[in-house]
Amino acid sequence: MNTMGWLVKREYWEHRGGFLWTPIWASGVMLALTIFGIISAEVVGSRVNIQGGIPWDRIAERLSAGDIAQAGSGLDVAYFALAAILCIPLFFVLFFYLLGSLYDDRRDRSVLFWKSLPVSDTSTVLSKVAAALLLAPIISLVVATLAYVVLLVLICLWAAVNGINALPAIGASHPLGLLGRMLITIPVDALWALPTVGWLMFWSAFARSKPFLWAVLVPIFALIANSWLGMLGAPSLKHSVMLNDIVFRLLFGIVPGAWLQGDNLDLGDRIREAGAAGNSGVLTLIEPANVLGLLTTPSLLIGVVVGGALIAVAIALRRSRIETST
Amino acid sequence: MSAVIEARQLSKRFGKTVALDHIDFSIESGRIVGLIGPNGAGKTTALKAILGLSEFDGELSVLGFNPRTQRPQLMEQVCFIADVAVLPRWLRVGEAIDFVAGVHPRFSREKCEAFLANTKLRKTMRVRELSKGMIVQLHLALVMAIDARILVLDEPTLGLDILYRKTFYESLLSDYFDENKTIIVTTHQVEEVEHILTDLIFIRDGKIALNASMEEIGERYSEVMVNPDKAELARALQPLNERQIFGKSIFLFDGVDRSRLAELGELHKPSIADLFVATMKGTYA
Repeated sequence: MNTMGWLVKREYWEHRGGFLWTPIWASGVMLALTIFGIISAEVVGSRVNIQGGIPWDRIAERLSAGDIAQAGSGLDVAYFALAAILCIPLFFVLFFYLLGSLYDDRRDRSVLFWKSLPVSDTSTVLSKVAAALLLAPIISLVVATLAYVVLLVLICLWAAVNGINALPAIGASHPLGLLGRMLITIPVDALWALPTVGWLMFWSAFARSKPFLWAVLVPIFALIANSWLGMLGAPSLKHSVMLNDIVFRLLFGIVPGAWLQGDNLDLGDRIREAGAAGNSGVLTLIEPANVLGLLTTPSLLIGVVVGGALIAVAIALRRSRIETST
Repeated sequence: MSAVIEARQLSKRFGKTVALDHIDFSIESGRIVGLIGPNGAGKTTALKAILGLSEFDGELSVLGFNPRTQRPQLMEQVCFIADVAVLPRWLRVGEAIDFVAGVHPRFSREKCEAFLANTKLRKTMRVRELSKGMIVQLHLALVMAIDARILVLDEPTLGLDILYRKTFYESLLSDYFDENKTIIVTTHQVEEVEHILTDLIFIRDGKIALNASMEEIGERYSEVMVNPDKAELARALQPLNERQIFGKSIFLFDGVDRSRLAELGELHKPSIADLFVATMKGTYA
């Protein structure tokens, strides 16, 4: 394995809890809620709505009604929901991972050990970018896929108990197509996230204490100052531009699929819309043509430039900033 | 012999404080150099410059590399242990070995495992479960398994008990050091390193107060224990330092003829600690 491989592996060793165990626990909870839902529905006959985002009702009803195509699309929504809900913990994991990435080892002085090895600062910083933008989302997607397999087993068992054959519905779903499409979103997410990554890593490398406060308060203060200037009639940016194109891009760009709808961060809404869109809803939502079309938008390209510049500054800071004030 | 480290007009300031004030020195291969000075004298600053960990003014060449711009290449040939407990607490012993083996072309896994076999360390242990002494054992095992040309130790035994301190220097000397390697060590425990050093650099207020080999020091400096009746005679020879013990005066002389001193009283070889105290007189005043 080359140096970069070892560096990414080191990030995984250090953050196994966030990168691996967090999605495992989160999808475990979703599956457990679904099982509780099934059991209470079967035993009490009640429609207790605790299914952790998985549209069990719909799948069950369509299966019972023999509407194979709709049941299949319900399965697609379930797979997408499993993957999408894991994006919420993934956001928090990445946010704090990036804030600590160039700060924690300075605080505990272990940076002196890492710097005693023949590894350039550029490789070190880029390995952390790669861990955040490729390794963590891929692990999250793999965990979601395994959870979906478990869900399929549950559905088959439930269906068998009720004398229904669930296999045609699975045949009518698109797990591989969906997996492929979700995989394609990972590099696009990564490019979209660069401003946030650069911003958080910049403060992580720069701050002598409390990188969180700097990274969060500076944009919020800028937002308030901008509104205030606007009120005074002084030159200022439009509020929506400041909020969506600057503050959100600097702090929330690492939310996977944050580019889906510019100003709507509610994943649940999106999944419901996608589900309501019918058979191929979720598939259309992340249609490769739409996803890759984002690559040529100025919004993404400007973000890549800004993010790249911030990461370059973080590398330069990493070279000479070693002490923290604690 | 060739110099492995060459510094010319090396300077560093933090705001208004001058940490290193245009110092020149060169260190040759196969030496064990003690860099000794009071707190805040600039020892760590000098080491950081050598290791490419901080910016500096002036010229500095380490194994022909410029530490400012060539740290990754330099670190293939230079190892350092900066004080104890800088190994990350989450790291497992086995992961540490795997990682260093992965990124360091001159690391020998066999050597490292052989060193660790003599300790209580197990591969599944995390650094946070280890005592300070065990962390140093791990760090030392990692470093000694690297075939490097320069080893820099910055207060390597700080906070360790006497057993670990003793074995630390013993294993360095017996299992690691040879004529192709150079060791630079800073410490406050001067007595501990006294017998292993070949060269001594005293640093004070960012300047070099003394830079000599141990043989030169043995020739230049002598200590005489003088009875009170001859004390005035001794003072006339301008001693560096005078202290009282059991009613006698002990004088430290720099470059005064031995035969003259022998007439005054009993001659001794001064310890580095005494030499240090005499040289640094008035530092904190």
